[in-house]
Amino acid sequence: MLQQIEGSYAVAEAVAMCMPEVVAAYPITPQTHIVEHIGELVKAGKVGSCEYINVDSEFSAMSACIGSSVMGARTYTATASQGLLFMMEAVYNASGLGLPIVMTLGNRSIGAPINIWNDHTDALAARDSGWIQLFVETNQQAVDVHIQAFKLAEAISLPVMVCMDGFVLTHAYERIDMPDKSQVESFLPPFVPKQKLDPDQPVSIGAMVGPEAFTEVRYLAHHKQLEALEIIDDIGEEFAELFGRSSGGLVSCFDCGDADTIVIAAGSVVGTIKSVIKDMRDEGHSIGVVSIRSMRPFPRFKLAKVLQKAKRVIVFEKAFSVGVGGVLALDVQWALHNYSLPLYSVIGGLGGRSITRASLRKLFDKGLRDQLPQTHFLDLDIDAVNRELARERSGDRSGPAAENIVRDLGVVSAAKTS
Amino acid sequence: MTDKVKGFSVYDSEDSPQRLKFYQTGTLTVGNRLLDAKLRTVQATKERANAITSGHRACQGCGEALGARYAVDAAMLACDGKLVATNATGCLEVFTTPYPETAWQLPWIHSLFGNTPAVATGMAAALKAKGQTDIRVLAQGGDGGTADIGFGCLSGMFERNDDVLYICYNNQAYMNTGVQRSSQTPGAARTATTMPVGPEPGNVFGTGKYLPAIAMAHEIPYVATASIHHLHDLEAKVHKAMSMRGARYIEILVTCPLGWGSAPADTIKVARLAVETGLWPLIEAEHGELTGSHQLERPRPVEDYLKLQRRFAHVFKPGNEWELDNLQALADRNIRRYGLK
Repeated sequence: MLQQIEGSYAVAEAVAMCMPEVVAAYPITPQTHIVEHIGELVKAGKVGSCEYINVDSEFSAMSACIGSSVMGARTYTATASQGLLFMMEAVYNASGLGLPIVMTLGNRSIGAPINIWNDHTDALAARDSGWIQLFVETNQQAVDVHIQAFKLAEAISLPVMVCMDGFVLTHAYERIDMPDKSQVESFLPPFVPKQKLDPDQPVSIGAMVGPEAFTEVRYLAHHKQLEALEIIDDIGEEFAELFGRSSGGLVSCFDCGDADTIVIAAGSVVGTIKSVIKDMRDEGHSIGVVSIRSMRPFPRFKLAKVLQKAKRVIVFEKAFSVGVGGVLALDVQWALHNYSLPLYSVIGGLGGRSITRASLRKLFDKGLRDQLPQTHFLDLDIDAVNRELARERSGDRSGPAAENIVRDLGVVSAAKTS
Repeated sequence: MTDKVKGFSVYDSEDSPQRLKFYQTGTLTVGNRLLDAKLRTVQATKERANAITSGHRACQGCGEALGARYAVDAAMLACDGKLVATNATGCLEVFTTPYPETAWQLPWIHSLFGNTPAVATGMAAALKAKGQTDIRVLAQGGDGGTADIGFGCLSGMFERNDDVLYICYNNQAYMNTGVQRSSQTPGAARTATTMPVGPEPGNVFGTGKYLPAIAMAHEIPYVATASIHHLHDLEAKVHKAMSMRGARYIEILVTCPLGWGSAPADTIKVARLAVETGLWPLIEAEHGELTGSHQLERPRPVEDYLKLQRRFAHVFKPGNEWELDNLQALADRNIRRYGLK
């Protein structure tokens, strides 16, 4: 049924249709609307006998999820940013134990400086955690991929993180085709845990493993993620068949069949990129975009196949590894190691900075002419950075760099008078 | 009660390599066998679950192994074997495992060091959602896992009154990592990070936390302290806790010969003296109100307890008398505060 609905609200409705038995969550912007609405649905008795736990921290949230999942209960949580980092020890533990928890990540930057707006630093901080990480471009996909996430997690007994851009998606009202609960029921089988704590069959879970078997246990997790490369596509197709729309899969391509220049990105920015590419196509430029839907497992071979005929690749991402540069860019480069394609790494949209069509157009025009540096920070005011470096070199106590830069840029009106 | 859960049938079999042992034999609790059957400890009965079976790697004279075995078996008996347990990282977790060995005869999970109360919260929530509240949840940790790194999760579990029995085996330092100070290390005690040097040798006074009182401040249904020298009392408290719902907390002082520098053969004696000096009050509280305390007819001087432990050796050196006085004052304050006399 079509509804004009907020992204968070829609995700909450979709998760509730999946009938989790336990939800444990701690509030953090921009995840709050999701868990508020799930809490409301649970309290109203609309999610069966589901228990909603108001935990004392994200670390407790993920830990309670571990306890719940190991009892064989379908388990869900949501977080963002600092919350993900605060729960990180338990995030690794959940995947190490092979517990099929589903978590929404309302993507947000990581401080300091504290910043509540969207980028992908949080998700990429967890990229090595052993969780499956799925990114969505739209709120329709957010709804659909959550339903697929439970099926995927429980099929391979690994946790799944659904990454949706904070504010850009979580707080956006869009027209969404909300699934029917009976459809969800027929798509998602009951949870049959691969392991659980059961007095009738006592087992010890989570004991120490030494060097003699640790490599094999960890490799198994890697193997299961590689298996998921097929399962993600299969589940996506199964969903499309039943629900009549395609919204899953490892990657999605737009105008990239014959494109000389292929842009690669993840999340909602793909929408903006598509609109720029549409204009450029109209003008006769050969350009397309690939949306990375599954960040982990990384669809290396599928991507290589899509990119093999391109002449250049521009990887656009909302995060970077300080001291290296693009993170997704490195993964893409690895996918392309058999091809000698120029690859440009572009970092933008950090801490919620707007990614405008004008900036992207300028960027792609440069890219088409191979005029981009290997690593480029979109709309970076390098002069402001240089002025701060000069202040720090002056030998005086230059003070908090973040404040200096904000004042320098003149965003704070008080700065102008001083 | 099924044999599978209790697992005792093997001990009764004539050709079993391991015969049922009554651990009380040869100790001051030998009278156990002379007691009325109802008053005997779980360990003395055929109903003993043997939840932590023999063959584990605890040190000689480990108080935690003893305390945990009694506590868990008492809990098993109280719920007809329908118990699931979670365990913080620490000695108990380490010496009862690693894979492929496990001493645990009940469903057991180790997740992390600091999240055990929250894992237990999730377990209890799952059972409630599934309508399986006949299965009970036990959480366990040491003093570091409980009072320090797991404290936030513990307070949250208490505050929400989640249906969990949490047992803290307090050996007053991080023994598993090599005897470093925790917030439950007593004043003057030597640890690897509070060496007996300088003007305040050992752990400084005026620090640390008494977790049972903090638990009481949460007004949870039941809080108790116990000691491994008084196993009937320990079992009775576990049994009482299991008869209730909601968040329940039991803290057992467990002698650590390695960390305390006491003779393994003195484990029970040291535990008894901790109680009889007033340094470890045995109390019970319900919903934040003290409901009982173990009375001391003639409190012993703290020296009797301290002199058995090398971690306190320096308090007997000239110039350190003030440390001894401070420790006696702590015992006296406990006796006043908890009405032990």
